[in-house]
Amino acid sequence: MTATKAPIEPPSQQRTVRRPGDRLFSGAAKGSGIFILLVLAGVAAFLISEALPALTAPSEEIPGGEGLASYVGPLILGTLLGAVIALLVATPLAVGIALYVTYYAPRRIAAGMGYVIDLLAAIPSVVYGFWGIAVLAPQLVPFHQWLTDTLGFLPFFAGPASTSGRTMLTVGIVLGVMILPIISAISREVFSQAPALHREAALALGATRWEMIRMAVLPYGKSGVIAGAMLGLGRALGETMAVAIILSGGAGATLNVISNSNPSTIASNIALSFPEATGLDVNTLIASGLALFLITLVVNMLARWIVNRRADFSGAN
Amino acid sequence: MAKRIEVSDLNIYYGNFLAVEGVNVSIEPRSITALIGPSGCGKSTFLRSLNRMHEVIPGARVEGKVVMDGQDLYGADTDPVDVRRQIGMVFQRPNPFPTMSIYDNVIAGNRLNNKKMKKSETDDLVERALRGANLWNEVKDRLARPGSGLSGGQQQRLCIARAIAVEPDVLLMDEPCSALDPISTLAIEDLMAELKERFTIVIVTHNMQQAARVSTSTGFFNLNGVGQPGRLIEFNPTEKIFSNPDQKATEDYISGRFG
Amino acid sequence: MSIDTQSAPQPTRHAAGPVRTRRRLPRFAPLGVYLAGIAAGAALSALTGFSVVTTVVYGVVLGTLAVYVVSRSVEGQRKATDRLVTSLVTTAFAIAMVPLVSLVYTVLDNGLPRFDAAFFTNSMYRVVGEGGGAYHAILGTVIITALATVISVPIGLLTAIYLVEYGTGRLKRAITFFVDVMTGIPSIVAGLFSFALFTLVFGNSVRLGVMGAVALSVLMIPVVVRSCEEVLKLVPNELREASYALGVPKWRTVVKVVLPTAVAGLGTGITLAVARVVGETAPLLVTVGLITGTNLNPFDGRMATLPVFAYFQLTQPGTATQAFLDRAWTAALVLIILVMVLNVVARLISRFFAPKTGR
Repeated sequence: MTATKAPIEPPSQQRTVRRPGDRLFSGAAKGSGIFILLVLAGVAAFLISEALPALTAPSEEIPGGEGLASYVGPLILGTLLGAVIALLVATPLAVGIALYVTYYAPRRIAAGMGYVIDLLAAIPSVVYGFWGIAVLAPQLVPFHQWLTDTLGFLPFFAGPASTSGRTMLTVGIVLGVMILPIISAISREVFSQAPALHREAALALGATRWEMIRMAVLPYGKSGVIAGAMLGLGRALGETMAVAIILSGGAGATLNVISNSNPSTIASNIALSFPEATGLDVNTLIASGLALFLITLVVNMLARWIVNRRADFSGAN
Repeated sequence: MAKRIEVSDLNIYYGNFLAVEGVNVSIEPRSITALIGPSGCGKSTFLRSLNRMHEVIPGARVEGKVVMDGQDLYGADTDPVDVRRQIGMVFQRPNPFPTMSIYDNVIAGNRLNNKKMKKSETDDLVERALRGANLWNEVKDRLARPGSGLSGGQQQRLCIARAIAVEPDVLLMDEPCSALDPISTLAIEDLMAELKERFTIVIVTHNMQQAARVSTSTGFFNLNGVGQPGRLIEFNPTEKIFSNPDQKATEDYISGRFG
Repeated sequence: MSIDTQSAPQPTRHAAGPVRTRRRLPRFAPLGVYLAGIAAGAALSALTGFSVVTTVVYGVVLGTLAVYVVSRSVEGQRKATDRLVTSLVTTAFAIAMVPLVSLVYTVLDNGLPRFDAAFFTNSMYRVVGEGGGAYHAILGTVIITALATVISVPIGLLTAIYLVEYGTGRLKRAITFFVDVMTGIPSIVAGLFSFALFTLVFGNSVRLGVMGAVALSVLMIPVVVRSCEEVLKLVPNELREASYALGVPKWRTVVKVVLPTAVAGLGTGITLAVARVVGETAPLLVTVGLITGTNLNPFDGRMATLPVFAYFQLTQPGTATQAFLDRAWTAALVLIILVMVLNVVARLISRFFAPKTGR
């Protein structure tokens, strides 16, 4: 490259004749791309403009009468609590599933099994809510009792245990099932991309299958799993209907995840209150939606950043 | 309809990388000009610059002049699309359109440009082009079948038929036989000998025997080392290149003593 | 190790040939041990008042442990760990199957009683108890989803074309990144956006079908872009070059060569994007609302949609509770069938419309 004596300021595009059809079409394509950026900016802008009255209103006019922060605070706590439980439930399962589908399941049915897991993603969230409240919540009642009996010294399981099962714990488990396919799909992809050379080298050294996975697959797929978990987290944070149906919320800030009184989540609170809300209540709800938007935006950008960094890295190899 | 191409002081770039430097050559009408040289010396790049296919690659550009019968191909008011209609191209790997039948592949150049034609006209054109590409007898009973169902050699002749169906003045061929077996190669070489009566043909080849067999003039491209631009070392009648070349480098390459 | 044994070419106790053999469990032994563990789990469960759930939980734990212990004593530490992990990942997969099977069973079980003609032909207009149906909601879902598709597909497809065929530099990177970020927007936020947008234009408490379509589009566009982009990238560059070399302008090349070649993948991607939004509830809840009668005009007032219908049937039952619950479950069943049909259609499209490349 050193010997090339190219001019420093090359005209990047030669002045070429462009046909009107070409100009129109590429303009439309480019315009659509820019339009998407505008939509995203618009989402932020319109939410801010509609949230503004609540942000500037005197605190006693906000529902609850103690200002926006104390209204949104417990909701944020509830949102995070549910999403974290979901993540704790889903991540280990998803990694296990991904390993099973990529390296343990019989070759012939592995693809089908992956598809079955993907089906979990196809089920609408309102149906998960139905299932959660009708099946899972009653089934988990004894588990709640057991938790408070044996682990009651932890603030999470302080009790008294709910007798309906409509708790943050149940919500977290349902959310975990919902994000399972997201995390497992991405994990599956990175696991299957682990270099065959490394895998075969490990096996050739006499490693067992698990040792091969530990040496050659997990180090390679780690960042992919993290990114998948972040994407799952983003989804769990914003999940609305399942939470709205299952959770008996409305309580203030509490870490207790197994009692009848739980903090609601931002999304479910909007869904439950919005249809009847008027005036400043609407603005307050939109303000809480703005908070949710910002939280998920940060989580998703972080996840994408990890994914892209990984893509750059593996592309160089 | 065959036309002469005059190339003067042509530099070809990929971004800031000078790939081919200072080419001056005159390509005669109704002849086959072969371009030979080691891999990476820029002969394909040069070929693609003749019909402005080079600039399809992002960041690629050229400096200098390419004039075809008085028309400056890189002139400010020259539409690259028009250039490509006059200068057709056949690629290394046969690339018929997978969504089209054999028939549609042949008239793709007209149909993709929405040229209105009567059914009888297109039928004529298809037969003429396929006959021109020595493919008519093999495919006349299955014109409605997908083009990708043909053998590699047939596909390549289909691509030639597709290129000549738009009736260009010049035909560029970028290693048209390198993906084919010897029999198909022979068929294509025979075809080239016929086509040269009507077109100016420029062919890039790695196969020196092929260049010796089919071409009237031969250009030898070479480069001094990795990262250096390729240059046209010698351009002479094929007989002279292969018997008594002017340049030592050419002789070394021809006799397999280069590098 | 004495010098004698090294020089003697006899096989030692450990090696029966050039390849050293380890002691291994017979092929079906681990399974037998695992089943024994399950049986022990059943016994343990019986002690504390028998139930299926505790049997499975105890059984899986005991079975896994039993395999580990037996394998460790016979085959050694490394092999035992390998078997332990095998049990764990298989269990993980089995655990994931439980909610899926349970959910499908529950929905079928509760949804089938009202899966009748009346459900598909009646609306809820003046229905307060039994009877009634989701005719209005099904039509509403179809109309709003179709409208969202009409909005999303051109924008999404054109953006994908820009990213693959035209895009360069910073704008391309920005669009790619923000489209990815946009896939993570919570659906309720998309609903609020649409609400805020229309409120600013039309004034307070407006509810329109088209608002729901706009909200769904925000969710659908990034999915369409990503799937179309992946598909367009798969179109071989040689085809584009072949077209350019025939003197075809770039835009015609894209429209007449690239898109037809990719049509199967595009159809699949778009169908999956539709499947992704057809069950969305939250954005419709805040933008479209619900009515009991049939409104087929998305530009005039509230509409009924299937997910919102199901939600309110479940959460706000009237006096005849069971009738409302039945309708809710049937609506859920129809929703699942709708999504599954779209998924199957997507697969069929990719199977039957794929061009025969022959390569």
